Amino acid sequence: MDVIAPMLANVWKVCVRDGDTVQSGEVLVILECMKMEIPVEAPIDGVIKILVEEGEMVEEDTVLASVGQ
Amino acid sequence: MFDRILIANRGEIARRIMRTSHRLGLTTVAVYSDADAELPHVNEATCAVNVGPGPAADSYLNTERVLRAARETNAQAVHPGYGFLSENPDFADAVQRAGLVWIGPSPATMRLVADKAQARSLMEELGVPVNAGSAVNDFDDARRVAEGVGFPLMVKSCSGGGGIGMEVVHSVSALQSAVERCQSFGSRFFGSSEVLVERYMANAKHIEVQIMGYADGHVDVLGERECSVQRRFQKVLEETPSLALRQDVRDRLVKAALAGAEGIGYVGAGTFEFLVSDDAIAFLEVNARIQVEHPITEMTTGYDVVAKQLHIASEGQVADLARTTDAVFDHALEMRLYAEDPVRFFPSPGPLDVFTLPDGESIRVETGYRQGNTVSRHYDPLLAKICVGASSRPESIELAIDALSEVNVQGVKTNKDFLLEVLNDADFSSGKYDVRIASRLRSSATKVESAVAIPVVEG
Repeated sequence: MDVIAPMLANVWKVCVRDGDTVQSGEVLVILECMKMEIPVEAPIDGVIKILVEEGEMVEEDTVLASVGQ
Repeated sequence: MFDRILIANRGEIARRIMRTSHRLGLTTVAVYSDADAELPHVNEATCAVNVGPGPAADSYLNTERVLRAARETNAQAVHPGYGFLSENPDFADAVQRAGLVWIGPSPATMRLVADKAQARSLMEELGVPVNAGSAVNDFDDARRVAEGVGFPLMVKSCSGGGGIGMEVVHSVSALQSAVERCQSFGSRFFGSSEVLVERYMANAKHIEVQIMGYADGHVDVLGERECSVQRRFQKVLEETPSLALRQDVRDRLVKAALAGAEGIGYVGAGTFEFLVSDDAIAFLEVNARIQVEHPITEMTTGYDVVAKQLHIASEGQVADLARTTDAVFDHALEMRLYAEDPVRFFPSPGPLDVFTLPDGESIRVETGYRQGNTVSRHYDPLLAKICVGASSRPESIELAIDALSEVNVQGVKTNKDFLLEVLNDADFSSGKYDVRIASRLRSSATKVESAVAIPVVEG
């Protein structure tokens, strides 16, 4: 399942690594916009594939990660 | 007094500093980024210098460009405002090395109070009450603190401004991950992995004391402010005086702030922040700069904080009282209108297609924008400060509600409804509210992600 960016922002912090097993609700990535931190959580349990890097700018709907089985 | 100063900031605080500067007969230099070229602070200054592209790191935080702007325009002093470079002692040093005056406490004072662990130890030595706890360098140290102090605990990086990277933990396992996160956050952003672990005073009020230190060692106290309406440590609404505060507790806060300021030889404007729970008080930190919410102090004391800063920086003291010409009220409150999505609490940059703010005798509005400007995503989401003053707190609250009804913003979303919710809340009206109020109100709304403030906008 794709995890998407809710708005144009910077990828401030990637909190998990490729291949990590995560639980639903766990913070995967923290975006930054206007000096505010926007946590992006895993929608379901599963294994993470991270698709962005810290420092990258992402647009609304950019796929940040995918959570699979 | 200076002839000319440069304001190393933008938006509402840049305009506010310029207003007093012009009133005192100074000329001013504004700096602006490409993204801010249309903003009012640019053409209100005597002259303005472009310091680079939108991203703050490339413009407002670009110390070389800011210093060059000061040199090229013959500014004699630099006022850093709040956020940005205001708590950067290296920049303050650079300003002084360039032969300019830094409008703020000395770099030595800045360094002293910037380290939360150091500031805390110092205050403790001076007899100022602090939360039980200690600075730690690893989880084992932190666990020892937990054994001694118990839970809940507040975990925060020793460096950096307040707000971000702060976590309250209730268990040893939560403590471990919080310490790890703070250490990595601290190293990454502030070059230090030292973490402060303290007893967390739940259900406390956030009360801060405004001080003004003079070159001769004398320190004045300009009243307290209550800033308990905070969402994730980002202030939203402040008031003064805090009427729910007992006088004996207020006296102890003032005494503690004086002891602290005099003890470290503080010169300039500063704020000592505390948590207050019943009659227990605990020192949080010192903010070595002007604060966002300073207008409510001005509205209730009649003093112009910026004028005092300018006098102290140029002359070491204030020859006259640096009074404002505005009315003085018995109670004042400030509402921070933020550009944010009220449902998801995400920031909401965009065009200010309509931007109408209230006006009136008892209302003071500070804003960095005019209709037609674009609220850029590169800076903090503060749209405007709407302050009201009255002869009683109930009257202030009523005035504030009326003032908000005159706010009309289209093109970006705002937290206007959230502000109204606070003002209409029973606990808020009674004055018996604490730092939990914002999350209580929020959780009674939709359950959504909330954004957390990063400390560049101060509180």
